[in-house]
Amino acid sequence: MRERQLSARDMLRGDLEGEELERYVEQKVVMTKFEKMLGWARSNSMFPLTFGLACCAIEAPISLVTARYDLARFGAEALRASPRQADMIILSGRVSIKMAPVVRRLYDQMLEPKWAISMGACSSSGGMFSNYAVVQGADKFMPIDLHIPGCPPRPEAVLYGFTKLQRKIQGNPDQGWRQRYDAAGTEEWARGGPRSEPSPEAAAAYEEARRLTRDPDQVPGGSIRA
Amino acid sequence: MAEHQNTNSSHAGGAAGGVPHSAGRGAPEHIGEGAATGPAAGAVDPAAGSVDTELMTINIGPHHPATHGVLRLVVDLEGELVRDLKPVIGYVHTGIEKSCESQAYWKVIPFVERMDYVSYFFQMEAFCGAVERLVELEIPPRARYLRTIFLELNRIHSHLVWLGTTALDLGAISMLWYCFRERDKILDLFEMAAGQRMHTRYFQVGGVIEDIPRGFEAKLREFIAEMPVRVGQYEDLLDRNEVFLSRTKGVGVVPRERLLELGVTGPLLRAAGEPWDLRKAFDYLAYPEMDFKIPVGTVGDGYDRYRVRVAEMVESVRIVEQALDGLPEGPFIADDRKYVLPPRSELSTSMESLIHHFKLVTEGYRVEAGEVYYSIESPRGELGCFVLADGSAKPARVHFRDPSFVNLQAFRDMAVGTYVADMIANLGMLDPILGGVDR
Amino acid sequence: MPDAPGLELIRGEIEQDHPGAVLDTGFDRGQPALVVDPAQILAVLTWLRDAPGQGYRFLSSLHAADYLPAEPRFAVHYELINRDRVERLRVKALLRDPSAAGPVAAEGVSGRVLGFSPGEEGGRPRASVGRETGRRARPDTPSPPPPADGAEELPEIDSCVELFPTAEFQEREAYDFFGIVFRGHPDLTRILLPDDYVGWPLRRDFPVGGEPVTFTYNERAYG
Repeated sequence: MRERQLSARDMLRGDLEGEELERYVEQKVVMTKFEKMLGWARSNSMFPLTFGLACCAIEAPISLVTARYDLARFGAEALRASPRQADMIILSGRVSIKMAPVVRRLYDQMLEPKWAISMGACSSSGGMFSNYAVVQGADKFMPIDLHIPGCPPRPEAVLYGFTKLQRKIQGNPDQGWRQRYDAAGTEEWARGGPRSEPSPEAAAAYEEARRLTRDPDQVPGGSIRA
Repeated sequence: MAEHQNTNSSHAGGAAGGVPHSAGRGAPEHIGEGAATGPAAGAVDPAAGSVDTELMTINIGPHHPATHGVLRLVVDLEGELVRDLKPVIGYVHTGIEKSCESQAYWKVIPFVERMDYVSYFFQMEAFCGAVERLVELEIPPRARYLRTIFLELNRIHSHLVWLGTTALDLGAISMLWYCFRERDKILDLFEMAAGQRMHTRYFQVGGVIEDIPRGFEAKLREFIAEMPVRVGQYEDLLDRNEVFLSRTKGVGVVPRERLLELGVTGPLLRAAGEPWDLRKAFDYLAYPEMDFKIPVGTVGDGYDRYRVRVAEMVESVRIVEQALDGLPEGPFIADDRKYVLPPRSELSTSMESLIHHFKLVTEGYRVEAGEVYYSIESPRGELGCFVLADGSAKPARVHFRDPSFVNLQAFRDMAVGTYVADMIANLGMLDPILGGVDR
Repeated sequence: MPDAPGLELIRGEIEQDHPGAVLDTGFDRGQPALVVDPAQILAVLTWLRDAPGQGYRFLSSLHAADYLPAEPRFAVHYELINRDRVERLRVKALLRDPSAAGPVAAEGVSGRVLGFSPGEEGGRPRASVGRETGRRARPDTPSPPPPADGAEELPEIDSCVELFPTAEFQEREAYDFFGIVFRGHPDLTRILLPDDYVGWPLRRDFPVGGEPVTFTYNERAYG
């Protein structure tokens, strides 16, 4: 950070030039690739839908917009009650079988581009309620862009998920997980957007991986479960 | 509507002297233009007008910013006047009661916590208390006091959430931020003791799962010192606010007898003048040793309900303080290894503890056949838990008598004949939590 | 609570007015209970509410339970409170399951609804039998064929909504979960489950539902 301060001082003095100036401009000014700018604008001005189902609703949206875990810092404080005006729905809580068609209708009423966050274990996968009354994951009836685990997730966890969603919207979903999980030979799917088709290389790599995990003899070094 | 119900009913619950509604508010005063908007003053006589009126049935919810959860209301409107009202619930029905039948007793605790998701300690207490009755287990005094402290903190938490969201519905938007600021302090305390902000799984059959950590008492005392000041600030903001008064005074009055018929309990009943509180009526936990009052209203309108709940917050702070001052030393959970996990330090030295631990964790304890109904006073009313045991390690039936479920039946009486805006105000003052309604 | 002798006194007094109404008394874990003949439940509740000296005017909870495999199977519990003396009393009405009356009917009905008959297990049927998802009628799936003997028979009991208006939602809930019909209820429809749901979920022989968590080793089975 000290570097940035020094370069800001130099800029003000008119001392930066050449490469340093270019780098400084890059840091401070958004590059004019149109999609990038669009992604940046969309991600920093989300209009979430005021939609709370159950316990997670007390942590978000209600607790998120309050002063301690301020959602307004991320530009998303304009919670909208009408789905026509919202572009993000946070499924906070368990989706019961009676509520599922209602949620789907709400999601359909939202206009593109729209994103869905499944907050908490219950909407991601049914949570602890593996029974007749809860839909085992909202994935079953609507596309979800981001899952946040927790029961309920802390507001900080939701904010972390939200920043990941922002990056995803900006077209840059890579969070360094490739290095962390040694994901050589795989490819990101989401580069083209949440509902794009995978690139042919990615599809081939996934097929390969599926084939390998099904047949333990094929995996170099033995079964992956070992 | 203006009778002063300084009731002194002869029930054996001890001093039920309330903080009665001060005299000036008995009769609806003229406060600005929007005085009593209750049914008596607000009902419009359709025959008098010459406008063609017809009933319009509209659907409010289940997704609606002001319905406090996924409640669907099918209302018959005549203009802005509500003629009939039908609540449709079940949108967050989670089948918790059925799931509980396939879990060991201690695994049921996280399930039932999530019913009424704002007052989770109360559900834990109802269930643990019921099972303790079933197995006839006595909890040590320190556990009783700790449970009382956390229950009252949860009561304050629930009322803060209520106040923030209801004031938000009525237009006092900044109350949300103030109330949730305090709520975050309570959640910090919960997190300190139990590791999680909500749904802490802190109560276990036999006591509490862990003792309070160092530093908890200091932080709690800070909170106790600060909370009455904050409540005073909330009252300053809302008590004499014209808009708030005109939206709540005289709104949603239901006569006391009708409320009793409908099975309504909790602050709704107390605001109507009936000093019925299970903490005083049935002795449980450490309440008999605490000195506290029950706020009782007079008229039973929205304003009374607000005052009763705010006064309850102050009383809860007093209870917490007394419980903290009188917190006895000793074990925080019962000793009976048949039902309670042994401390981990013993597991490496005692074979018996290891066996007990193993049995309890894998199969759980068996409870002899029997049934018990145990109820406590939750922030919304009487929360009862019925546990039917059949001799195995899993309960055969767990049923919760949820106060919001029963109180919702009063909503029709409160809202029919008033305007839509009053209906929203009534819904706020009713304080339903749909997780409890739907279970 | 009325203690054990007090409970017997109450039973005696009810016997005078309504002979044969109280079948049994119980004092389990210090909680008094009266087991009442379901045909006379209203009489007993009215007596408890109105008789001088009793005054159990507050119905705190009305819920049902399934005691399978014990017979009679269903029970409706009424938790009453006398607020003046601060006493609780439980009234239980035990109901049989009419659809499990004879061997032919049992096979037909339970075979249709559940796919197995509860008696086969040779013991207490477990609450979660397999992991079948709960059934929900959808327009595209054919509805199950009706049993040979007509509509499914449901246990019935009189509704106490007139006596205790608080029972309105609670009886609907008992109907929703167990299929117990309350005669005289103004609007006996499903309250918590979707209106077109088929089955009575909280009966002991109804599966819990849900689906198993897919781990890698069984991923093949589920796609």
